Amino acid sequence: MRPDPVCSKTLLLRVGFLRRGESPNISSTEFPAKHHRVVCYYRMNLKMDSIDSSPANQALASHVSGSERTLYPYVTGTSVIGIKYKDGILMAADMGGSYGSTLRYKNVGRIKPIGKHSLLGASGEISDFQEILRYLDELVLNDNMWDDGNSLGPKEVHNYLTRVMYNRRNKFNPLWNSLVLGGVKKGQKYLGMVSMIGVHFEDNHIATGFGNHLARPILRDEWHENISFEDGVKLLEKCMRVLLYRDRSAVNKLQIAKITEAGVFISQPYALKTFWGFSAFENPTKGAEGSW
Amino acid sequence: MVQSNFKMSKEATDVPPRGGFSFDLCRRNEMLMQKGMKFPCSFRKTGTTIVGLVFQDGVVLGADTRATEGPIVADKNCEKIHYMAPNIYCCGAGTAADTEAVTDMVSSQLQLHRYHTGRESRVITALSLLKTHLFGYRGYVSAALVLGGVDVTGPHLHTIYPHGSTDTLPFATMGSGSLAAMAVFESKYKEGMTRDEGVQLVCEAICSGIFNDLGSGSNVDVCVITKGHKEYLRNIQQPNPRTYVSSKGFSFVKGQTEVLTTKITPLKEKVEVIEGGDAMEE
Repeated sequence: MRPDPVCSKTLLLRVGFLRRGESPNISSTEFPAKHHRVVCYYRMNLKMDSIDSSPANQALASHVSGSERTLYPYVTGTSVIGIKYKDGILMAADMGGSYGSTLRYKNVGRIKPIGKHSLLGASGEISDFQEILRYLDELVLNDNMWDDGNSLGPKEVHNYLTRVMYNRRNKFNPLWNSLVLGGVKKGQKYLGMVSMIGVHFEDNHIATGFGNHLARPILRDEWHENISFEDGVKLLEKCMRVLLYRDRSAVNKLQIAKITEAGVFISQPYALKTFWGFSAFENPTKGAEGSW
Repeated sequence: MVQSNFKMSKEATDVPPRGGFSFDLCRRNEMLMQKGMKFPCSFRKTGTTIVGLVFQDGVVLGADTRATEGPIVADKNCEKIHYMAPNIYCCGAGTAADTEAVTDMVSSQLQLHRYHTGRESRVITALSLLKTHLFGYRGYVSAALVLGGVDVTGPHLHTIYPHGSTDTLPFATMGSGSLAAMAVFESKYKEGMTRDEGVQLVCEAICSGIFNDLGSGSNVDVCVITKGHKEYLRNIQQPNPRTYVSSKGFSFVKGQTEVLTTKITPLKEKVEVIEGGDAMEE
């Protein structure tokens, strides 16, 4: 197995297995066949939501039979944005699940409460998100079984998720998600992110997917310490509106979730108002008939 | 009828301009590849944030001033807002040479056209010239432009992509920092802004690109074009000053540098003139 050196933007690993002259004791369940040069191309984009090819095209491209590693995401969710505010954490995500370039599912809740103190939002592969929820379910269950009056806080859940994501990435079988974890425990607010390769950090405002490029400049400019609930929601809506205009996989159906010391509240889905009435849009070729 | 009299300056002879793709440079590229040049070669790109917006009386264009060559900043304070006509300016992103050359070329074509017609140039003229040129080179002329100006028909703002497609917009951003700048525009743009509001918003958008995009940086250039009047505000904002500047300056005293060897070569040669030497040969 000879991995090629990686380039800075995308992690492109060309892995070739040369089977000639290998000892016959190696079990044949692991690799497709002996005496085969199997070359697998794994492209792991560090900007994971910019994968464009539809699953049909990807199926044609993959010529490895029966691979059990995640090669590309199929049903994806777009950006999640989270901010710390006065009383806790606010998180926003839309409810769309895209299947390649089709907007297939429009009722996907991408923010879920974890235990008593945390909220988890995810972008990327929806099935991997559901798997992560199952892992966390088991984690919280085991914690409750201790029945010691203590419960897992957001920092602990964040650390657990980091380990899970990093270990999966080391096995070349990543959970294709960018996770946003926010919560409040004993008055301490916590907001962090884990990417699909295990990069994790904590910050006052988090954005995943396209939100990295479109929402982060707005958050950097307009977020401030102890922002009120109303201002926080307005800020999140501003970011979501820009994403709605400029991200092709965004849907106009979003949920805003809030977590405070008192508990979790996830709003009903609603739509944002958009404005399309610019005079330049009405007649773009004014003064130049036939142009565009 | 104007088209047949107006000779495109790139044609030296009287051959009429052919439409569609131009394959003139393919043979040259083949020859270069045989000589050992690797494609794609690294060009000096502008890795940029350029923006434009239409306000009440005209157009405001903005650009950052960093030119990059891969990971290195090649020029800390370059000019990305190019002159096209007294009432038309164009910001360029992409390969620096391409944006310079293409805007220069169309600028001189516009000047010839002005001499020919005796009228002020229109923005859509510049648009059509740029668009047909870029289309003919199939996107290999890597110039992404934001063209803005005010002519008799009013203020106009267009974006032109390297392959030759164009858009007419109330506000536009291009370059690597375009998403950061577009985030600012989408959240804060409104119709009928005054000049000061327009300049303020453009500066905010460029600063958003400068601080959130690695390919953009240094200072903000702005150009305001209104009917019959333009203001080129070079380095209107300099949000990245040098942090530590020595107030005393530098002094290099003689004797500070150790002298290892000295060799003196006289410049005036001593030539000996011999009387009655050999006569010159015929």
